Amino acid sequence: MTKKVFGKPKCLKENVFHYCAGCGHSIVHRLVAEVIDELDIRGITIGVPPAGCAVLAYNYFDIDMIEAQHGRGPAMATGIKRTLPDRVVFSYQGDGDLAAIGIAESFHAANRGENITVIFINNAVYGMTGGQMAPTTLLGQRTTTSPSGRDAVKEGYPIRISEILSSLPGTTFIERCTVNSPPNIIKAKKAIKKAFQYQIDGLGFSMIEVLSPCPTNWKMTPIAACKWIDEVMSKEFPLGIIKDIKSSDKGGKSHVG
Amino acid sequence: MQGNKVIGEAAIRTGCRFYAGYPITPQNELPEYMAESMCQVKGGVFIQSESEIAAIHMVAGASAAGARAMTSSSSPGISLKQEGISSMAACELPGVIVNMMRGGPGLGNISPAQGDYFQATRGGGHGDYRTIVLAPASGQELADLTMDAFDLADEYRMPVMILADGMMGQMMEPVVFKEPKPRQYRERYVLKGAGAGKSRFIRGLILDPRAMEEHNWKLARKYEVIAQKETRHEAFNTEDAQLIVTAYGTAARIAKGAIKRLHDAGLKVGLFRPITLWPFPSRELQEISERTDNFLVFELSTGQMIEDVHLALCGRGYVNFYGRPGGVVPTPVELAHVIARQYSKKDRHHE
Repeated sequence: MTKKVFGKPKCLKENVFHYCAGCGHSIVHRLVAEVIDELDIRGITIGVPPAGCAVLAYNYFDIDMIEAQHGRGPAMATGIKRTLPDRVVFSYQGDGDLAAIGIAESFHAANRGENITVIFINNAVYGMTGGQMAPTTLLGQRTTTSPSGRDAVKEGYPIRISEILSSLPGTTFIERCTVNSPPNIIKAKKAIKKAFQYQIDGLGFSMIEVLSPCPTNWKMTPIAACKWIDEVMSKEFPLGIIKDIKSSDKGGKSHVG
Repeated sequence: MQGNKVIGEAAIRTGCRFYAGYPITPQNELPEYMAESMCQVKGGVFIQSESEIAAIHMVAGASAAGARAMTSSSSPGISLKQEGISSMAACELPGVIVNMMRGGPGLGNISPAQGDYFQATRGGGHGDYRTIVLAPASGQELADLTMDAFDLADEYRMPVMILADGMMGQMMEPVVFKEPKPRQYRERYVLKGAGAGKSRFIRGLILDPRAMEEHNWKLARKYEVIAQKETRHEAFNTEDAQLIVTAYGTAARIAKGAIKRLHDAGLKVGLFRPITLWPFPSRELQEISERTDNFLVFELSTGQMIEDVHLALCGRGYVNFYGRPGGVVPTPVELAHVIARQYSKKDRHHE
């Protein structure tokens, strides 16, 4: 007798991911889909994909979705959630989307304590447009627009978005994860599930930052990219729970949306 | 009731349940009215957004989720909203945008002006699209057209703009609110979670050029239907007029005052007032040009609607222009002098 121990999440479509080999997006898509299945919220979930590599997320998720313009995901998610407060609404954003062009929308949605979840993919480059410098690009990191390495004097410093948003009283749960190894993938899924649960419980803004490999634009093999996250990237962006209002009294009051 | 508040009340009465906006003069009374009113109606949402950009995308989200949604601003703020307006046009999301124009370009000033005509009637943002543009000229019309704007937005699933200025927004006039029509909007357009059924998505990104072309033509066909069916205008004293003044909004109001004075002095001057700026009532203007061939376009700008007048007349008639940009609003008496000069020039022409 055979027993099925592993399968495709129900809320992922049959389509094959277009993402590059070794890219973190497909793993995170899968994790979000597994969480939606496990929480049994497929029918009440609305996703907001960004401009960027994940713009085609609606080809993969078998849930209702609406594309946002670059950086505007949290504003659009706000409009949806306030109109349909009993739905589960998440935006899915990259580092350029969230930390550069859409930082105002993200910051203020967090500050209003909008009861939404943000999946924040940090791969330290603009992936879709070919590897330009992002707000999260590390000092010294070479990109197509910082060819001799990011220089703090000219280009400023990598922004730690999770730490910044965690200082806002409207945020409830923020964790930085990565998907570069099986144990880290399991941790990331747990974090995503918790973030969705906080939303379902009406606690307020939750965000999961995922350090995500981009071998194509980092010009590395997938294995080297995973190693680079451990050895370099996570030194700048430390992994772990950054804010959890349930386990800390420093987090300020929760906001019920 | 003050003009800005009239828009707010009409919106609420016609079922608007989502408003997002950012403070900018001369329309601040509208968001303030919405802040008060939305908490008094069931399901009403008011958000003072962090930016004009956020406001329009919140409206897009609320619209996708099935709410009748509105935002308002004034010229510089409307420029910021264009990204979202273009996106709503692409995604076929209904919504109402109010632009209480001010003198510009740039920050300009807060006085009444009509310099945003091109931006409003040519789409405004990037890409091949149009928005329906309604130009009220009285408190009563602010009420009526606001209600109509929501119906038109739903019917054609597109953003609709109400284009007025600080004069319209600030003035007080008595209004009667008409009975709103019941909303006709199909459930299937609303994104509310897939339930047990098939999932759907709303997008404007269409990477395949053939599919993109097809989508653009689909929008174009919709705009063609609107151009055929939805033009509105007012013709005042045009029957035996020797000269037709063409003006909209505040300018048309001043023109009407001037024309009434000239009528008393025996001058046969009429007013053609487009109420829809897009679609422009070209056919209606053409019909008038069969009786009269002398036109004066009056705008609170350096000349924008005059291009649509030329396009409508196809080279027929004499078209002159009088413009006062930058927030200078002439009195009916001043304008009457301008009209009278043009009127007598035409007489000489015939001799």
